[in-house]
Amino acid sequence: MLTPEQIEAKLDRILLKVQKPGRYVGGELNITVKDWEAVTTKVALVFPDIYDIGVSNVGLKILYDQVNQRADSLAERAYVPWRDMEALMREHGIPLYSLESKRPLAAFDLIGFTLPYETLYTNALNALDLAGIPVRAAERGEEHPIVIAGGHSTMNPEPMHAFLDAFVIGEGEEVIHDILNVLQTHSSRTDRLLALAKVPGVYVPKFYETFYLDDGTVSHIEALADGIANPVVKRIVAKLPPPPTKFIVPNIDIVHNRVTVEIMRGCTRGCRFCHAGMITRPVRERTVEEVVAAAEEAVRSTGFEELALLSLSSSDYTHILELVTAVGEKFQGRQLNVSLPSLRIESVSIDLMDKLRQRRTGGFTLAPEAATERMRRIINKYIPDEDIINTTREIYARGWTTIKLYFMIGHPSETLEDVQAIADLCKRVLAEGRKVIGWKAKLNAGVSTFVPKSQTPFQWVSVDTRERILEKQALLKRELYRDRNIKLSLTDPDDSLLEAWLSRGDRRMSEAVYTAWKNGAKFDAWDEGRKPEIWKAAFEQHGLDIGFYTARQRRTDEVFPWEHITAAVRKNYLFQDFRMSLEGQIRVDCRQDCFACGILPTFSNLRRENPGEGWKCPDVKSPAKKTNVELPVVGD
Amino acid sequence: MRLRITFAKLNALRYTGHLDLHHIWERAARRAELPLAYSQGFHPQPKISLASALPLGFSSRCEVMDMRLAEDIPLEGLRERIQAAVPSGLQILQVESVDEKLPALQMLVAEAEYEVLFAEPAERSALTQRVAQMMDTSSLPRERRGKSYDLRPLIEQVSVITDPKGVVRLRMRLAAREGATGRPEEVLDHLGIPADTVRVERTRLIFANETIE
Repeated sequence: MLTPEQIEAKLDRILLKVQKPGRYVGGELNITVKDWEAVTTKVALVFPDIYDIGVSNVGLKILYDQVNQRADSLAERAYVPWRDMEALMREHGIPLYSLESKRPLAAFDLIGFTLPYETLYTNALNALDLAGIPVRAAERGEEHPIVIAGGHSTMNPEPMHAFLDAFVIGEGEEVIHDILNVLQTHSSRTDRLLALAKVPGVYVPKFYETFYLDDGTVSHIEALADGIANPVVKRIVAKLPPPPTKFIVPNIDIVHNRVTVEIMRGCTRGCRFCHAGMITRPVRERTVEEVVAAAEEAVRSTGFEELALLSLSSSDYTHILELVTAVGEKFQGRQLNVSLPSLRIESVSIDLMDKLRQRRTGGFTLAPEAATERMRRIINKYIPDEDIINTTREIYARGWTTIKLYFMIGHPSETLEDVQAIADLCKRVLAEGRKVIGWKAKLNAGVSTFVPKSQTPFQWVSVDTRERILEKQALLKRELYRDRNIKLSLTDPDDSLLEAWLSRGDRRMSEAVYTAWKNGAKFDAWDEGRKPEIWKAAFEQHGLDIGFYTARQRRTDEVFPWEHITAAVRKNYLFQDFRMSLEGQIRVDCRQDCFACGILPTFSNLRRENPGEGWKCPDVKSPAKKTNVELPVVGD
Repeated sequence: MRLRITFAKLNALRYTGHLDLHHIWERAARRAELPLAYSQGFHPQPKISLASALPLGFSSRCEVMDMRLAEDIPLEGLRERIQAAVPSGLQILQVESVDEKLPALQMLVAEAEYEVLFAEPAERSALTQRVAQMMDTSSLPRERRGKSYDLRPLIEQVSVITDPKGVVRLRMRLAAREGATGRPEEVLDHLGIPADTVRVERTRLIFANETIE
């Protein structure tokens, strides 16, 4: 195995031949470099895309801090190299290495990938290969690190089950310590994996087997060892721990040059298409004081020029007015840009942005998602046209010249009339804007394609075919390209379809992932990486029908490939919500009324021990049951 | 107040370019709580100016930067305060206050000195011969990014030196005026030395009002 000195010497000879060599050298402000020999457990945290995208990821930052806070462990980082660098690394025999100490990834005890979205899968395989570690979990031996993954896409881990030793389901802050403790108390790979499989929230695929019916759907999934959970219930923290503040400050320009403070986790809105909204429940809020103090400390320790207040729905944060007032006052005149994503479509949102004293140059973003009343009822995001028109008119009037509207096409049962309505609404918004500020008014319409995800009320529905997506996109182009002040951006249908089959795939799909990667698929999230032919060929080679995974309405009694994994929202709750959608029934914000989604019974003990305002589910007052085991609640 | 900061740019920071270095300084000023002055207008820009852009991959022991502050602050302890606020590849050598009315730094730089270290030991006599040949010519027509120019007048001095350990290095002094900048990699290329076999360090910036000993 190469030493750090050998790797650095090799790097010196190639770095000036690649774009942005600063991606590959580390040395940033606020990194932690520990004495390698002084700790027991070494963790490499990997974001499987390039540095420019990965370095600002908040999830990995949280884990980096959690591990490095322990005296017995260290965490270092790695990202995948861009194509030019990868070619040179392979040519010069440089394995994927950590940025802090320049050690090969194979020298670590644990490799942790974050997989927030499916189009990173082939990059994760490539990272393992570049590190000289067998890509298939079954081929790894005692000399290799344990390789795990977490992140939103692992709510259906099956298409990646062959490559990871273990998956973390849910939130990582506490479980990472359980995992490190297992590594420190068990030495052989077999012992470690079995012990990991018994940690709540950890899924070790080799201890489960999937059985199929003749029609190719899943019959059932069995746990193969005693004492391991089926289903594996996600982990949550009862109270959000103090947010990271010592963010790493890159020495080169990256995509998001900013500090992020998570103000709230989870969402109570219940939009039926929204994966994050379903899997990150319950809602837990940080206090205004904690957010403001963290923001101040983060800006002080990084010097960044932008602060992002992160949540799935800023407007729903209980003390949002108080928060933006405090932040606005605190950072006034400090050349700091504050971003507040996901605002509700109402004039109060404009007041909030006003309080942050934002420059009007960035545009004002709103996400109606659909443009007809019928569609809005189906997706459970009901905003009347009049609210959209009144709010956008007010935004133009208050000094913003650009409004960004986000929509999705491909919602269940959508017709061309529903798509036409998106175009009509865009034109109407702009026409109203012109009445207020004339020809300065601009509109950016971002229209993506809906992809049904596991663990959501739409996990049963089919995806539009490529032809259907193209037909809808052509309609939008025809309607909107004529106006020079409307900028339309669309998602490539091949990207949506790739995401669609990977999101709801089963174990058999992992072979297609492997073959696609072998044949050159990587950077699937990039325009340059789009390789639909390679993917199609990989599916065919393994006898898999893409349509089976995408363009098929799933049976109401179908057992899903991810049935042994649960985000603690019950399947029959999701199904009830799906049925309500077919009937156009709205389910209101659950802050007003608990709809018994399953979170509270699953985590009742946790809630009982953590009463109070921060966690937005009702308090649990009933006495604790004798058993402390959290019972699985899926399927009833 | 106009602060002049002299600093070394080393290690990982060698791979940070000129524009990115501006951002590093803007953020460092915020971390050190310096009242950095910004230009007026729609997109306020920090008033930071670097004497001379350093090519990517070069280290330096002598970078000079002027930073304008919106108000005067005491100089005492300032070097340490700034050092604590920058990434580890920057070493603050000197912090001083200079006359606000001086011309812009870029106008003051005249020449720059570089040292070239070889990855593999270099053969002294052959190198000396090639350098002497180059210095003897009166014109070195070259092309860079599609433009032809004469490299020779931009070369003030090139010498082969041997340090006490017997290691052979190359030292060069090149013009570094606005619009007339000699690039070490062009000199190396002319001498037939591949860029990936050397490490270049800028060792000195020479200002117009300085005398060269």
